[in-house]
Formats: sequence, C-alpha cells, structure tokens
Amino acid sequence: MEGLTLSEAEQRYYCDLFSYCDTESTKKVASNGRVLELFRAAQLPNDVVMQIMEQCGATRLGYFGRSQFYIALKLVAVAQSGLPLRVESLNTVKDLPLPRFVMTKNEQESRHTALYSSDADNSASYSGVIPPPPGRIQVKKGSVSHDAVQQRTSTDQQESTSPVVSPQQSPPTSPHTWRKHNRHPSGGNNERPLAGPGPFWAPFSEAQPGSSTSSDPIWSGHSPPPHQENWVSFADTPPTSALLAMHPASVQDQTTVRTVASATTTNEIRRQSSSYDDPWKITDEQRQYYVNQFKTIQPDLNGFIPGSAAKEFFTKSKLPILELSHIWELSDFDKDGALTLDEFCAAFHLVVARKNGYDLPQKLPESLMPKLIDLEDSTEVGEQTGEVGYSSSPAEAPPSKSPSMPSLNQTWPELNQSSEDTAIVHPVPIRMTPSKIHMQEMELKRTGSDHANPTSPLLVKPPELPEENKMSSSVKFTPGNTVNGYSSSDSYTSDPEQIGGTVTRQRSHSGTSPDNTAPPPPPPRPHPSHSRSSSLDMNRSFSVTPGQQQAGVVAYPPAVPPRPQPSQGAGPHVHRPVDAEGLIAHTSTSPQQIPEQPNFADFSQFEAFAVSGVNKEEDDEIETHSEVLQVEKPPDSASSLRVAKADGRVEDKAPANVPTSAGKGTTPLAPPPKPIRRRLKSEDELRPEAEEHTQKTGVIAAVLASQPSIPRSVGKDKKAIQASIRRNKETNTVLARLNSELQQQLKDVLEERISLEVQLEQLRPFSHL
Amino acid sequence: MAVCIAVIAKENYPLYIRSVPTENELKFHYTVHTSLDVVDEKISAMGKALVDQRELYLGLLYPTEDYKVYGYVTNSRVKFVMVVDSSNTALRDNEIRSMFRKLHNSYTDIMCNPFYNPGDRIHSRAFDNMVNSMMMQVC
Repeated sequence: MEGLTLSEAEQRYYCDLFSYCDTESTKKVASNGRVLELFRAAQLPNDVVMQIMEQCGATRLGYFGRSQFYIALKLVAVAQSGLPLRVESLNTVKDLPLPRFVMTKNEQESRHTALYSSDADNSASYSGVIPPPPGRIQVKKGSVSHDAVQQRTSTDQQESTSPVVSPQQSPPTSPHTWRKHNRHPSGGNNERPLAGPGPFWAPFSEAQPGSSTSSDPIWSGHSPPPHQENWVSFADTPPTSALLAMHPASVQDQTTVRTVASATTTNEIRRQSSSYDDPWKITDEQRQYYVNQFKTIQPDLNGFIPGSAAKEFFTKSKLPILELSHIWELSDFDKDGALTLDEFCAAFHLVVARKNGYDLPQKLPESLMPKLIDLEDSTEVGEQTGEVGYSSSPAEAPPSKSPSMPSLNQTWPELNQSSEDTAIVHPVPIRMTPSKIHMQEMELKRTGSDHANPTSPLLVKPPELPEENKMSSSVKFTPGNTVNGYSSSDSYTSDPEQIGGTVTRQRSHSGTSPDNTAPPPPPPRPHPSHSRSSSLDMNRSFSVTPGQQQAGVVAYPPAVPPRPQPSQGAGPHVHRPVDAEGLIAHTSTSPQQIPEQPNFADFSQFEAFAVSGVNKEEDDEIETHSEVLQVEKPPDSASSLRVAKADGRVEDKAPANVPTSAGKGTTPLAPPPKPIRRRLKSEDELRPEAEEHTQKTGVIAAVLASQPSIPRSVGKDKKAIQASIRRNKETNTVLARLNSELQQQLKDVLEERISLEVQLEQLRPFSHL
Repeated sequence: MAVCIAVIAKENYPLYIRSVPTENELKFHYTVHTSLDVVDEKISAMGKALVDQRELYLGLLYPTEDYKVYGYVTNSRVKFVMVVDSSNTALRDNEIRSMFRKLHNSYTDIMCNPFYNPGDRIHSRAFDNMVNSMMMQVC
C-alpha cells in the first residue's frame, strides 16, 4: 500500500470517521451502510467515488480496512479540492483541506429511518422511545455542529456556509465531533479540543433558537455561549461537562441520549464545583438523569436491563472496551449479566467519571453500591420503599439480597441487620432465583439465630416463601414450603411465627440428624398450595357450612380432653410418616391409623360425640372443628404436626366419611387407649423433631381453628362438602406422593445404615488390636 | 497454592496464563501446553457429554519431579490447568477442587460481562485478584 502521511488534524478526523463507520468495531468497514453514505455525502460524482474506492484498494479486499479508509478519505479530499485523483497525489498535495461530507435532506431523513430501524434491531427500547421529530431537529443541530467542527479545523469562511447546510446535516456526523472530543477526555485532556469550537458554536446555537432539546446543550456545552433556554441552564460549561454531553449523544437514541448528555453535563458541572470529598457520590440530579436513562431502556424501574442493551448503551460512550468491561465488573453487583436501576446508575456514574478523567476504582465505592436490589420480579411494590428504608441502615450494602425483602425490611428491620451478620458477607455470584437467596439467608439465619425463638425473623419469611419455595429444590426447605403455603393461604400473622419456629427447628434438625435413631420425619412436603391450603379451605368450608352445628361444635371444645403432649404422641407418628401418610390415603379409621396418629384418636373421641347426635356431614366439620379447636389449645409444639396430619386426615376423611362415619362411630372406644399407649411409647423417640413437627402442625391447626365457623345453609353444605371432597382428594394425592417419597427416603436411610454396619463389621477386627 | 494457573479456550489457545513470577515462566507455559494433550485424552475417554461436577474435575493430569499438574474442564470445553509445586504436600484433592470451583465461578462472572467476547483474552481485574489469591505467595 502506498505510504500515507496525514497531518494531525487529518489523523484525528479520519480516525473519527472510521470509528463512525466502523459500527461493528471490527476494524474494517464494509463498503456499505455508513461508508457509502459518507461517500455520497462527499457530494462527489459517483464515478469519482468508484475511482476512489478502486484506488484505495477496497474493491480488492472487499472491505475498508483502516488504511484503505484513510486513503479513501484523503482521496475524497483531493477530489473535493478539484485535484485529479491520483494515488501519488495523496502524499504530494500539502495542506489539503479535510474532506467535507454534506448530507442532503433526503439522505438525512433516510438515515434517520435507517438509524431508527437499526435502533429497533439493536435496542428496541431505544427506538420505541425516541420521537422522530426531535431527532430531526437534532439532526439539524448535528449538522450544525459538524460543520462547526469542520470549521474548527478548516478555514473560517466555511462558517458562513454552515447555516445553509445545517438543516441538511445528518445526525451521524455529529458523532464525529463528539468522538473527537471524547477521545481527548478519555485521555485526560479535557480542555484542548473544546476551546476551538467554542466560538463557532455560539452562532449556531443562536441560529437555531427554535431547536429544542438536548442537542443544543450538548454543543453549547462546549462553549460559554448560552445554552438553549429549553434546557437546564448550563451556565458554566467546563469542557468535561461537554464531554459528558457527548458521551450519551452517540448515534442512536439521540433525543434521550442528548437529554441525558445535558443532564450529565449539569451533573458534571455540579460535581466538579462541589466538594471532592466523595467523588463517587451521586447527586440527586445525576441520579434523576440516570433514572431517566434507565427508563429509556427499561420502562420498569424495578426491572433489569439485559447485558446486551447495556453494552450497546455504554459502548456509545466510546470508552475502551476494557474499561467498560471493568466498569461492568464493578457495577454488576449480583453478577447476573443484567443491570438493575442501582447497578445501572453506578455504571453510568463510573462512565461519567471515567470520561472526566477519574480513574476507575479497584472496587465499587460504597456510595455506588446498589442499595435497591431488586429481587425476583419487580412485582413487589413495597420493595422499593422497604429497600430504601433499609439502605439507610448499615452500609455493608447487602451483597446478599436479604435487605431487599420488603416484608422483612418493614417488619423486621433488626432482623435484616442480624441476617447480614450471619448472611453472606461478600458478594457471592448468585445466579439463581432470588428465592434461592432467600432460602440461603433463611438457612443462615436459622443456623445463626435462636431456634426456639418463635418470633424470629424467619417467621416473616414464610409468607414470602410460597413463591420461592416453589423454585427451591432443597428438601430441607420443604417444611417451610408447606408451612408457608399453609400460613400464606391463611394469612394469619400469628401462625407464621409458630410455623417459622417449627420450620427452623425442623430444618436444623433435619440437616443435622439424618442418622439419628429414626429418620427424622421430613415435614409434610406436599405442595404448599395443596396440602395445607386445601386443608385450610376444607376446614373453612366445613366450618362455614353447618350453621346449626355451630353450637354443637362450639360445645365440643370444652368437652375435649386435653390433647396429649405432642412429644409423646407425635414422635412415633411423626417419625413414621410413611405409614401415617399411607394411612391417610386410606382414610380409614383403622386401628393402625389411630395408634399412629393420636390425632385420629382424638378424632374418634370427637367422633363419638359427633356420631351420637350429628349426621355424617357434621362429623366432618365437627371433626375438623374439634380438631382445629383442640389444636388450638396446645399451641405449643405438642399437637402441631399431629394436628396438621389430623387435619389432612380430616379432609381425607371427608370424602370417605360416608362409608366410614359409621365405622368411626363404632370405634371410639378402641382408639383412646391406643393413642395413650403410643404416646408413652414414643416418649423416648425423637422429642425435638416431634416438637417441631407438632408445633408446626399445631400452629397450622391453630390457624385452622381460628377460622370463624360461619353458619350456612344446608344447600351450601353440600357444595362445600363437594368442594372439600375435591380438596381432600387433592390432599390425598399429595399425601400419597409424600408417602412414597418418605418411603424412598426410608429405604435410602436403611441402606445407609446397612452399609455403615458393614463397615463397622469390617473395622471390628482392628479394634481388638 | 498454585504455581501457575491457565485458562485454555475450547480451541486450545490460552485465554489466561498467570505464573509465579520468580520461576521461569516459559517452562510453565510449556508444561501447560503439554498437559493439554492429557486433558484431551481424558475428555475423550469420558465419552458422552458428562455434566457432573466430578467429571468436570479431571484430577491429577501428570506429575513430574518438581510439580503436579491438575486439570478441570467446563461444559463448554474451556479448560483450567493448574500447576502446583510438588513440595507442597499439604494440598489435598479437596483443596484443588475448591480452587477449581472458584476459578469456574470467576470465569462465569467474566462471561456474564456483556463486554467480554468469548474467546478474548481475560483482562478482568476481579479474576486477577482471585487468581492472585490462589497463587503461591512468593515475593
């Protein structure tokens, strides 16, 4: 290739044009798109353009490399100055004016549409937000600015021509100027490039008083001359502010970008003028503009900006990819490849700072740490308020997402702090759903907090967990799931406490004592939406239906003998969930069932009362009622799990009540002694688990019990019963599933036990040595 | 504590190599290069696509008198090769696994960065910091 010597101005100009044309950043420009437009803008005859392209070698290569592009540009300049196109003339002609590129109006508009369409391809949000008319106006301004830039490097007489071409200049040219300016600030030299165009800008800004919006401030940012009135007044326009103005004003979403540019300009001004105590602090105005920019990309302030859109946006700042990559690393706190509002503001702020010459920090400054950590979906309305309220608290600005739980924040602020102590201290790349994070936090809290504390913050979590639990895959959390599903369906605040407590205990135990005596019964694992909630509905419906039985039901609780302690009774039954669950499905009041479940025993006791005077339908309700009421009585651990199971069984019994009611009635005597026996027997069983489970179920039962029994007509009874039958069947299936799972677990544990015994046998000989 | 850590792309060109500076780094580069053959051998021996944490960790690739080389391959056939000093006998397999896990996590963090094009050299400072923490503290 022929050697090409370029003056410094030419070098800069060509570099800008090349970057402008190099939309793919591949260091080579295909001979289409902007390159063609650029050449057309040179207002040269087509054959001249073809000649130029041939001579620069692009046709041979098929694309414009940087050198080819530069040669082409120089040839354009040569042609524009009227000299014959010769390769030799490239280096021989001295003082060649820079090639001028003037766009016709049609091209400009077509380019606008092209830009918009390309915008639509790249970032739909951009194009959707950019109103075309302002863009056009900006195009004018762009052209003006472009001309101004050209004039800066060329002679003054061109200035007079600028107003003529101003309406015709296409927007893409503006980036040239910006880039030129931008490059300098990136290098840290903020002053130089702007001093020149300053005086030139003034006439333009005055010549275009009508043009609205941001483009004016951008250009005017360069110069002291007054900015457009329709923008925030930028009285002082340090070059850095202009730089910032240029940053967002890259090609695509011009309106919004330029708006932001001016916004950042003011911010920059303010920032520079303000104290340098905390250079990373985001002022309110800055934040507002960042938020506005965020909205252009993602209208939902609680949502995320995907990585690709953010990349597009920040690439426009013309910072080196390496620096942008580092900025991203700093600002993407949760390492999920998407930016929340806070992360976006931090990233934007870092970009602005970098363009001003600030060096990027090694780690994210505290003031930039994302405080508003958006959890799952931006559906939690109270989240922001809660989070904001929380952010004021310890600035270890949660690497974990614990503080952002709105309910937690609002109701258990102290919990959040404590959770921070126990929760993850450093940003952990958590790519799972937020529910998982909650789970982890819950686990951490569980291990760290007092298990026996019924008012632990965990309790608040249960209502939140239902959704999360559905995503959780950990078995340990299933107890919480069921509990939460239970409580959430009931929306009883008191219950979550107890449930949470039981859940806590349960989890810790289940996690730590898999090898204890009997396999710790996994808390009822049926889907939260099914088991407990359905049972609740059942109870509710049952309690609602019988009006006349209300009195009878009410009369029952006082007559109910105090429930045996859960530790005694729940133990074996809890620990043999397999059998119990399996029996549940049978919905039979067989003696097996009864001894397994003291609940049943209690049931049968009530059944005795019920059968005596009430029809079978009433039995169901009464049973549930009594069960519920009974459960209420021992609010502590005792009957929780049993009650829960009993409730399930009550529901199960409902469909089968028709045939079994009589049976129930006949077996009231048998159960009572058996449960007592069982309770004594189970005393030495795992009491804690029993307590946990029982407490949990007890809480659940309490929830059920607390439901008011509303008298209803008989007609509704039937419907309710049918509904409850359906629900019972659902519960049946769920419980059957649980049963199978538990059986599987039991098998696994037994296998483990066998293997351990074998190992023990193998090691026994050595013990004698 | 590793002496050299390398991240090799799927096409077997290095994305990242960092050695303890005092040693002759070229030797480590050569070692990593030769270990790629062993890695490929182990990968092919595994047969079908195995997506298991255990299979991701390849274990000791081959020992020499001075050092041992451990390998780890990700699902996308990005390989991590770690050279540890043989004299450092305290390093257990679990520790090596955890180090690879950390590497993998940091690597995925880099991947999440939209400005990083897969196949580029890794310039992330966070990654550097993490690797530095795993390198032997030789001043």
